[in-house]
Amino acid sequence: MKDVIEGRVWTLGDDVDTDQIIGGKYLTIIDPNELKKHVFEIALPEFAKGALAGDIVVAGINFGSGSSREHAPQALRAIGVGAVVADSFARIFFRNAINLGLPTIEAPGVRKLFETGDTARIEMRAGKVANARTGAAVTFPPLPHHLLELLEVGGLVEKVRKELEARAGKATA
Amino acid sequence: MSGNGGHGATLAEKVLSRASGLDTVVPGQIVEGRVDLAMMHEQGAQTVGPFHDMGATEVWDPERVVIAIDHWVPASTEGAAVLHRILRKFAAEQHLPHFYDVGNHGICHQILAEHGWVVPGDLAVGTDSHTNMLGAMGAVAAGIGPTEMAAVLALGRLWLKVPPTIRVNVHGELGPGVTAKDLVLRLLGEVKTTGATYKSVEYGGPTIDALSMPQRFTICNMTTEMGAKCGMVAPDQTTYDYLAKIAKHPMHPLQPDKDARYERTIDIDVNGMDPMIACPYSPDNVRPLTEVVREHVKVDQAFLGSCTNARIEDMREGAALMRGHKVHAGVRFIVSPASTSIYNQCLQEGIIEVFTEAGAVFTNSSCSACFGGNMGILAPDEVCISSSNRNFPGRMGPKEARIYLVSPAAVVASAINGEISDPREFSS
Ligand code: SF4
Repeated sequence: MKDVIEGRVWTLGDDVDTDQIIGGKYLTIIDPNELKKHVFEIALPEFAKGALAGDIVVAGINFGSGSSREHAPQALRAIGVGAVVADSFARIFFRNAINLGLPTIEAPGVRKLFETGDTARIEMRAGKVANARTGAAVTFPPLPHHLLELLEVGGLVEKVRKELEARAGKATA
Repeated sequence: MSGNGGHGATLAEKVLSRASGLDTVVPGQIVEGRVDLAMMHEQGAQTVGPFHDMGATEVWDPERVVIAIDHWVPASTEGAAVLHRILRKFAAEQHLPHFYDVGNHGICHQILAEHGWVVPGDLAVGTDSHTNMLGAMGAVAAGIGPTEMAAVLALGRLWLKVPPTIRVNVHGELGPGVTAKDLVLRLLGEVKTTGATYKSVEYGGPTIDALSMPQRFTICNMTTEMGAKCGMVAPDQTTYDYLAKIAKHPMHPLQPDKDARYERTIDIDVNGMDPMIACPYSPDNVRPLTEVVREHVKVDQAFLGSCTNARIEDMREGAALMRGHKVHAGVRFIVSPASTSIYNQCLQEGIIEVFTEAGAVFTNSSCSACFGGNMGILAPDEVCISSSNRNFPGRMGPKEARIYLVSPAAVVASAINGEISDPREFSS
């Protein structure tokens, strides 16, 4: 995880739930590269074709509410989305995204600062999101230490792998 | 016992203290919780990859893992068949004995409930957001994603942020035709879909005390729609009686302290309350049913099913109303019991016949029409009246289709009349 994340912005509204991120009919798809073709099909149809690695999603309140489907952050990660910033998140989406190593930032007031096409600059440790075009910015409480650490190692898979390796190392030592 | 800096602990704090082995915990604190029960449905197929990527070789405790497939049962697409196959293979390799496969299947939360897999004091996690339903046992039961589940399978624990608690006290008596579903819909209208995000909702008071376990399940189930981490009811004699013969592991019947600190307390009086309805396109867009009835909303499909309301009590109530009536011409009425054992009970009690003779389709037990990925999918301009829990755009297929959420009795009344109706019309 970089401390400063910069990218082109796509904006979404409030209450974009998981059905609007990835519809129920795609839930049997396992391959993230297949999934990413259907992301935001309902909420923002032009996203799947137009989004590039490094782009940043800026949403309103309660982003990712609804089901526990990890397909939602997985599809965003497959596109290479640099970060998801929202006024607020639903809890399972937030956990899933962080566990996958996708920087997920809750910054109340952020949505109204951006339009699609703007450039966002996020300072993870300082807790600041700014719009490069307008200069407008909001601050947010930086993620707690253990979550920054989780992003740092690249997500939960890496973190548990290290822990299991350390355990095995001890067992054989 | 009081101990959290001079005040007592809420039920969620008690359970998380126990799970993390700490004397006290406070909201906001991050703890490592030992998991008592881990549940997976089809989404569990996605845990297998990360489980191996983590370098894990063995599930921490096969006796505490339940797999229950429910979304596509039997598999209705090739994709679903592959998910089932991945799970079967994983269960065989890891010697996971508690796999509820086709023929012995049901909606995962109902399987956990009716087999006593979650008991008071437990920390339970599942790869489904409505795992909250099991909080009715006096447990912290929360939904997690598959990567997180892979870590749970490897380590038997997970990180949790101790949630602040909203206490909901319910007083008064539910009138005829007014159910636990109406109560939780009314609450959703008040708390809204973000009102309990990251929080625990603790239900209590004389009305909750008087509810059966199935009714408590319905209420805790829809706590998910408030954004909550968990919804809970402190265990009492009703809980112990329900679990007496089926509990799979020892209970830790924790109670909230009298001087527990709540972030917010909501008092609700249900005396004289009307049945409720959640209108498109959000479960918190709640109105009194009588208002919507006056608008004569025609329905194309009626659905009595889902983990919210497809238990034997719901089926009996629906059949009692259905008896002597026909499904309205032009309405497709889908009835799907929540588990195979409920299906069998319906068969024995003649409930299946009541529905099928009336012109309904009585399906095998599964999530069925609830989520728009298997069967009972709507056309864009259609309306569905449903006993399920979500009516977001696209929930049953196209984003324009309109879903109204009500009690089982109101679903049946609407199926009979062909438009959204009040079940009390049939009671006299
Ligand atoms: S019945 Fe509906 S809400 Fe319940 S687990 Fe199945 S899809 Fe989810």
